[in-house]
Amino acid sequence: MAKGKPFVHPYIPNSVPEIREEMLKEIGVQSGETLYQEIPERLRFRRKLNLPAPFPAESDLKNHVKSILSKNKTCEENLSFLGGGCWQHYVPAVCDEIIGRSEVLTAYDGQGYSDLGRWQIFFEYQSELGELVGMEVVCLPVYSWGNAAGYAIRMASRITGRNEVLLPKTVSPERLATIRTFCQPLNMAGHIHVRTIGYDTKTGLLAFEDLKRKISSKTAAVYIENPSYLGFIETQGKEISAIARANGALSIVGVDPISLGVLSAPADYGADIVVGTGQSLGVHMNCGGGTFGFIASRDEEEYVAEYPASLISITNTIEEKEYGFGECTSERTMYGKREKGKDFVGTTSNLWAIAAAVYMALMGPNGLKEIGEAIIQKSHYATKLLSETKGIDIRLTPNSFKEFVVNFDETGKAVKDVNKALLNYNIFGGKDISKEFPALGNSALYCVTEIHSKEDIEKLANALKEVLA
Amino acid sequence: MKKEVKLRKYHAPVWSEPVIMEMGHKGERGILVPEVDEEVQAAVGNVESYIPIEMRRKKLPELPELAQPQVLRHYEHLTQETLGMEETIDISSGTCTMKYSPKVHEILARMPQMTEIHPFQDEDTIQGILEIVYKFDLICREISGMDQFTVQPGGGAHAAYANACILRAYHDANEELAQRNEVITTIFSHPCDAAAPSTAGFKIVTLMPDDNGYPALEALKAACSKHTAGLMITNPEDTGIYNPRIEEYVKTVHDVGGLCFYDQANLNGIMGIARAREAGFDACHFNLHKTFSSPHGANGPACGAYGVKKELAKFLPTPIATFDGEKYHLDYDRSYSIGKVREFLGNLEVVLKAYAWVMTMGAEGLLEAAYTSVINNNYLEKLLLAIPGVTKPYAEGKIRLDQVRYSWEKLQKDTGCGTVDVQNRMVDFGIQSCFLSHHPWVVPEPFTPEPCETYSKDDCDYWAAVLKQISKEAYTDAEAVKTAPHNSTIHQMDMAVLNDPGKWAMTWRAYLRKRGDLL
Repeated sequence: MAKGKPFVHPYIPNSVPEIREEMLKEIGVQSGETLYQEIPERLRFRRKLNLPAPFPAESDLKNHVKSILSKNKTCEENLSFLGGGCWQHYVPAVCDEIIGRSEVLTAYDGQGYSDLGRWQIFFEYQSELGELVGMEVVCLPVYSWGNAAGYAIRMASRITGRNEVLLPKTVSPERLATIRTFCQPLNMAGHIHVRTIGYDTKTGLLAFEDLKRKISSKTAAVYIENPSYLGFIETQGKEISAIARANGALSIVGVDPISLGVLSAPADYGADIVVGTGQSLGVHMNCGGGTFGFIASRDEEEYVAEYPASLISITNTIEEKEYGFGECTSERTMYGKREKGKDFVGTTSNLWAIAAAVYMALMGPNGLKEIGEAIIQKSHYATKLLSETKGIDIRLTPNSFKEFVVNFDETGKAVKDVNKALLNYNIFGGKDISKEFPALGNSALYCVTEIHSKEDIEKLANALKEVLA
Repeated sequence: MKKEVKLRKYHAPVWSEPVIMEMGHKGERGILVPEVDEEVQAAVGNVESYIPIEMRRKKLPELPELAQPQVLRHYEHLTQETLGMEETIDISSGTCTMKYSPKVHEILARMPQMTEIHPFQDEDTIQGILEIVYKFDLICREISGMDQFTVQPGGGAHAAYANACILRAYHDANEELAQRNEVITTIFSHPCDAAAPSTAGFKIVTLMPDDNGYPALEALKAACSKHTAGLMITNPEDTGIYNPRIEEYVKTVHDVGGLCFYDQANLNGIMGIARAREAGFDACHFNLHKTFSSPHGANGPACGAYGVKKELAKFLPTPIATFDGEKYHLDYDRSYSIGKVREFLGNLEVVLKAYAWVMTMGAEGLLEAAYTSVINNNYLEKLLLAIPGVTKPYAEGKIRLDQVRYSWEKLQKDTGCGTVDVQNRMVDFGIQSCFLSHHPWVVPEPFTPEPCETYSKDDCDYWAAVLKQISKEAYTDAEAVKTAPHNSTIHQMDMAVLNDPGKWAMTWRAYLRKRGDLL
């Protein structure tokens, strides 16, 4: 900008001096400054903000941001085996097309008459996800899987009037840290005690005897994950739900929904509340920004009353055969009752729910089944090849879905160093979990999905052979 | 010289779209999954051998089966039946700052260098995004006067929740948490300033406004005690009224040992004009999907960038992006941290857009946006207060900043048409229905427009002309307003269903069970 020239910005139509003057005249003040007279001088910030020099021209800005972003190395140009709650799946072009459309991209909170389409897509998202998990109620997104689990535990606590949750030590540490912020510290009135249950270090399965010892009339819920953070499939779902029920507690199951074309719907093994993330359903990783959480349950008043987030219901209109959509029992949320509402809610990640709705519609039942099968075949091809490498031991198998634990104890090399070396092959090795799970030794969590080809997996196996040689 | 506003003809697209669950035919496919190489299949054997029998899915999920063009068409129709900010003059959604989200940001955010990166990648391979997070932290520090920010919270209410967790950690570190179990807020602050600390375990004390539109200082003093953990407050509040004695309020809370959180979800009117630091606050947050231009995304992805003074920085969630002069890092090693409010690093694609926006606007541009939003608001106020039925409660004679909570109470008394009726009628003109107010309605029959810097003088004139027309209709043909919408996607809905357990249905499956006879 040339000095002395008025600042006229393309994003601010009324920055044109003549228009500005005309508006001020209408208002009846000399300058915009007069309108700030309610802010006392002592609170005014009078120096210019010390911000970097801007790039007012769009072309300059684009170059600037691109030059920074270009320092990132992507999972497209490289071969990535990272997972752990954020996964690289294929995102169909139609998903990107729909969420890129300005009508939904730039919408916010319009009502059912102005934003009918947005509300209908949300209802479809709920309907489709409900089919996957086997439940009749699904809410709009919460911030993440960990947040969904935290909310669900609080729902269970209110429903049962109890203040303790049992969960296996195999829960993702990041998720567990998120859950803990929901459970309040010990010396607060609403504290929910988080008790962890042991697991079999050979299979990953929850130590049922330990659960039996710890479950009691204080237990509000038992929370398990399937497939678990460490990749294994928890096979005792039915028994865990049954023991929870026998003790008056709820069964909460966290899932990765892309597994549900081949794995049982949690409702079928007794889950009362199902949570998880929908990122695997048509949302890019975005460095973790693609994550969002969901909560689902049976359609029972007692459960519906405890949801913190929006529930979109279908309704009818005065016109025959016309659908409308609106928010079910909106009074229950903080928007209706402030602190007396159910926990808190706010803007989350609903655009990703739209992507997920499109994804599930594209995939259909057969797509979901096929992708589940492809993932299992490819990930087990990887475990097979890797286990042939000297010093590598695959843990918590054979019942795993897309992630698995690769142990490097026998190689004498730390995961950190193996991963550094793999970078030279343009490979992002699995997540280092040696600090998260010392009981599993010097291990990494590898993830293989439908996007990995036979050659990709072989490239990894060969690179590891060389790195470990 | 005023020119007469001519209202356009409008009708929303009507597609009568079926629900996707009732569309398509068995066997149709929307997309195919990559084939698994035969050698791979041969090597691993039967898929079922890896899934114990009790965990095998017996019955496939009853998802719709459609080919790709039909899926695309369906969702394109549904997007057309949605009034995005870009399609309308969205002055209507006040408190939400429906500003223009530059298209160039979408191009940048869709680069694989943003979409195809993983939060657990080696730091060396995500230097670009870490640089943006770090530099955006510096920008937020300057705009607020705080000393350290995190972008982990996934929305504004989530930032309020992070703040409540930090209140706990701070008082716990001082061994006072058992005693300090109250958070004070005001009724015109966002509901999350009450609900988030309540979820975190605090009792909530809510102050009501006096004639000035904000609570009397004496009321706050009476509420403060050794039980006070903190204050969570907006200023200006949803009413657009700025509390000029805010720092005395902050001092009052500090004097009893509480912390003060400034909810700056909507900073738009005071960017570069007044900061959290000068008013004495300990923490604040900015909604990047509002003030900082990231698109609202049909309700997210969002980001509540949350900042604190250095005394509180040790409590922030992990990790924090740092810079050693050469390289950017993620600091996970923070022993006083509240832990995590969400997995991973935050909605970094939102941070990217906010960074790009600040780098387009610069210091001068931010100030210009603030000034313009306040001028627009005061200009619109002149137009709206000339409309029969509109009033502006509270704080007579005081100038409002970037928004005003108006009332249709008079219109309702005169004509029977209340704010919801007006809201329904607005969409008949292709204008987004107004945001009214959060509950409770302290201002009767409320509506809260916010004409931020995006909107031109003509936009303001047009928006006001629509309200003027609806007011005129209310006084001459109230029934037409009460039966609206008439030119929308659908007709008036049966709202009772939404609260009727026998009829509500959140899924198609529930709908078929409860109301299948309607089909």
